Amino acid sequence: MKFFGKLLLIILAFIILWTSPSYCKEPYKIGAIFSVTGAASFLGEPEKNTVLMLVEQINKAGGINGHPLEVIIEDSKSDETQAVLAAKKLIEKDKVLAIIGPSTTGESMAVIPITTSAQTPLISVAAGASITQPVKERYWVFKTAQYDTSAVEAIYTYMKKTGIKKVGIITITTSFGDAGRKALLELAPKFGISVVADERYGPKDTDMTTQLVKIKSAGAQAVINWSVGPGQVIVTKNWHALKMGIPLFQSHGWGSKKNIELAGKAAEGVIAPLGRLVIWDKLPDKHPQKALLKKYVTDYEARYKSEPGTFGGHAYDALMIVVDALKNAGPDKKKIRDYIENKIKNWPGTGGIFNMSPNDHCGLDMTAFEMVIVKNGDWEILK
Amino acid sequence: MGKGNILSLLILTLVIIIFPIVIKDTYLHTIGIFAGINALVAIGLTILMGYAGQISLGQAAFYGIGAYISAILSLHFGLPVILSIFLALLVSSTAAIILAIPALRLKGHYLAVATLGFGEIIHIILHEWGPGGPSGFGDIPKMNLFGYTFTSTNDYFYLVWMCVVVIMIFSLNLINSMTGKALQAMHGSEIATQTAGINLTKLKIKVFILSSIYASLAGAMYAHYVTFLSPSSFSLFHSVLFLMMVVIGGISNIWGGIVGALIITILPEVLRGFKEFDILLYGLILTLFLLFMRKGLVPMTIDTYKRWIHR
Amino acid sequence: MSLLLQFLFSGLTTGSVYALVGIGFNIVYNSTSILNLAQGEFVVIGGLMMWFFLEGMNLPFATSVALTLTVAATVALLMERLTIKPLLKKGDLLLMIMVTIAVSILIRGLLMFKFGKDPYTYPPFTEGEPLVIYGAVITQQTLWVIGITALSIVILYLFFNKTMLGRAMKACSLDIKAARLMGINVSNMVMLSFIISGLIGAIGGIAITPISLMEYDKGAMLSVKGFCAAIMGGLGRGRGAVVGGFTLGILESFTAGYIHSGFKDAVALLIMLFILFFRPAGIFGKTETLRLRKF
Repeated sequence: MKFFGKLLLIILAFIILWTSPSYCKEPYKIGAIFSVTGAASFLGEPEKNTVLMLVEQINKAGGINGHPLEVIIEDSKSDETQAVLAAKKLIEKDKVLAIIGPSTTGESMAVIPITTSAQTPLISVAAGASITQPVKERYWVFKTAQYDTSAVEAIYTYMKKTGIKKVGIITITTSFGDAGRKALLELAPKFGISVVADERYGPKDTDMTTQLVKIKSAGAQAVINWSVGPGQVIVTKNWHALKMGIPLFQSHGWGSKKNIELAGKAAEGVIAPLGRLVIWDKLPDKHPQKALLKKYVTDYEARYKSEPGTFGGHAYDALMIVVDALKNAGPDKKKIRDYIENKIKNWPGTGGIFNMSPNDHCGLDMTAFEMVIVKNGDWEILK
Repeated sequence: MGKGNILSLLILTLVIIIFPIVIKDTYLHTIGIFAGINALVAIGLTILMGYAGQISLGQAAFYGIGAYISAILSLHFGLPVILSIFLALLVSSTAAIILAIPALRLKGHYLAVATLGFGEIIHIILHEWGPGGPSGFGDIPKMNLFGYTFTSTNDYFYLVWMCVVVIMIFSLNLINSMTGKALQAMHGSEIATQTAGINLTKLKIKVFILSSIYASLAGAMYAHYVTFLSPSSFSLFHSVLFLMMVVIGGISNIWGGIVGALIITILPEVLRGFKEFDILLYGLILTLFLLFMRKGLVPMTIDTYKRWIHR
Repeated sequence: MSLLLQFLFSGLTTGSVYALVGIGFNIVYNSTSILNLAQGEFVVIGGLMMWFFLEGMNLPFATSVALTLTVAATVALLMERLTIKPLLKKGDLLLMIMVTIAVSILIRGLLMFKFGKDPYTYPPFTEGEPLVIYGAVITQQTLWVIGITALSIVILYLFFNKTMLGRAMKACSLDIKAARLMGINVSNMVMLSFIISGLIGAIGGIAITPISLMEYDKGAMLSVKGFCAAIMGGLGRGRGAVVGGFTLGILESFTAGYIHSGFKDAVALLIMLFILFFRPAGIFGKTETLRLRKF
């Protein structure tokens, strides 16, 4: 009896240990592919930092249902081949439950066949519409960056309101600029806007005066620049130096204080559709995104001494969506996918309020943007 | 073909057959596939540089032409994949002829800059007129042959490396044949070769076409394996990488192409563990390689081996 | 008229940087017959180090320039002594070109480590409104860039033709053996040529950064464009690179202005290819001198 008593005790203790949440359970593994170096590193850097910070916060708070969270971040070097290799490694070697990233549309497209055949959920942080459409073929794929078309709609809606009918567009010859250019050209007729000049420049070009002068002489009432990186600052400086007399609109890639800093006085009066991340302090207190934006941005700035920018936010949303799914659906790839598709409703994130559905694997529209103007070196929401 | 080459080919074939059976990790297979694709380009470049003494800074252009033409023909025109690959090789060799006729009169740096300019122009064309522009395009059909569709990583591993072996046999034979002897003579002294009654320009153009065909075959393999293409995979940076493979592997031996391709493909994967430091280490390793293994890995190993035998 | 002028100004701005990089190519090429594909990295070093001293450490302008140039010269010196000198004896040109590429990757890695991936800029040398000439706008910094380029060209000309040291360097570029027989220390001249080309690059970087911003990976593009400029003007010809650089810049700008901005690089490259195929010695070079080159 004594012996059986002891055995019972041991078994009981074992069961308690097994089920107790404080006991160190097996970690949940998630993969991440970001362009930490290379041409798209302006995306990958804040994305990587965001994920590192969030993982630390989540694990400090006890993990997900007691399971610590482990995110394995791979650098794709802004290269599609490297992204493919990274995805292979994450799925085959690390056996991750889901992958967030890659940072660019091209890399996401290259990775999709692999994650789909491995039946692993992929939550891309790039913007291209082809990532989640056609949605039937993108069963395992989601994305958290707003559609480029939504940003264009926001700009065109504002232009329609202010009576601008003729625009000149200037875009960068990368996939970001190209996607914007296609959206700008495609949507213009719907808003009664005509594109009178369609100019381009390379990612490392040093002067865009020629293109801007051409836009001006084509009789445009406004310039729209679609780029990220130094190009958008150079365009702003050239636009200012030329005293063009017509307003300059930028894409949602403009949303970093750094750009205002770099362009200096030239940035005054530039208008752009921005996610609420960069203007969180100007939102009313009861706005559903305000609290989480405040925490994210202040934490990030305290830790990295720089701003997360819109792109860091995409990684925040992607990771938190997966974490939410893990918490409620458990560590099962199929269940995670189903949860994201059906249960992410009215879900406030940094990029907007997400409403995923079987027909929409992004869940954001143009209401995710506010039209923002630069005034006195700061953002101001346009009404 | 010397005894050494036949032995090496047998060993290579054996390793290729055994590798996927022994190692189950398909991540490593994928690295193997990309290494094989790079090796195809590097072998062609080794022949061009080491045996014909010509430099090319635009090899990524032929790689890109192969990939794009084959992808477009099979995706938009519905041609069988194998036929599209064949046509892609045809297009790329035509492009090579057009470039080679004026360019191969040039020497050294001038040829380098001409091929560089050609490469950049092709890159811009892919940007402006390629399907999907800079964003690229996907859903390219998978490789299929006689009704069998290649789907698994294993399939592609064998396919790519089979191509490498076939091309290796072909190239080794070529080098040993008359043409090869003439090529090597040309590298030694152009005037002497010419006096011996060999038409140099024709020969140079032939080798140039050959290297472009190898590169475009590699491109086609890439297109049908990854099933997504964008211009960024065919930039000047990639031309430089191919050059790096040849120089590191050893310009004077055709096996150098394969070894160089393996090293340049595997190195970034090994450096993954170093996170941020990787670009630094990458530059450092390349510099040290070039400084201390000047002849390249393969010729140096052979030299060491010979010295050891004769001791 | 004002359109044409505006395109011209824009072309001159970009052209002057191409010219400076092209001159750097030529100086190294003349002393070693190799192409230093790390040349563009010195422009980046110039821009970023200038920001570091001027904005990061709040040093006065002149001190910052001096320190930036010192850094650039040191990097060029180290590069030559550690990577070029050991290879020069063997004389394998291909290997040396590859080494310069490897060094450029290394420099890029170091810069990324120190500065991250963000672009940097600092205020123009002189504050003030842009000038308007016949309806075309030209910023004061653009004038600085063009002026500094012109000044560098004049100083280099004087150096190579009027000073003992410069003439010794020139002698090396004409005939190394004869120069050695005349008691010139060729190895030191090679080192000097690297330092000068490094300085030229850095000066370009310092001047252009307020206009074009600077980030760690801008160097590769600048190397390619400067390379084209040097080839267009005839490799090894000092004045050639200047003409080549400005021609390239103006060509790009005119293509963007009168044809389409999507084709500006392609048209510039095509014209460069035509020059190569039909006048390989450059716009002004003589074909006979080309035959004498060893590579």
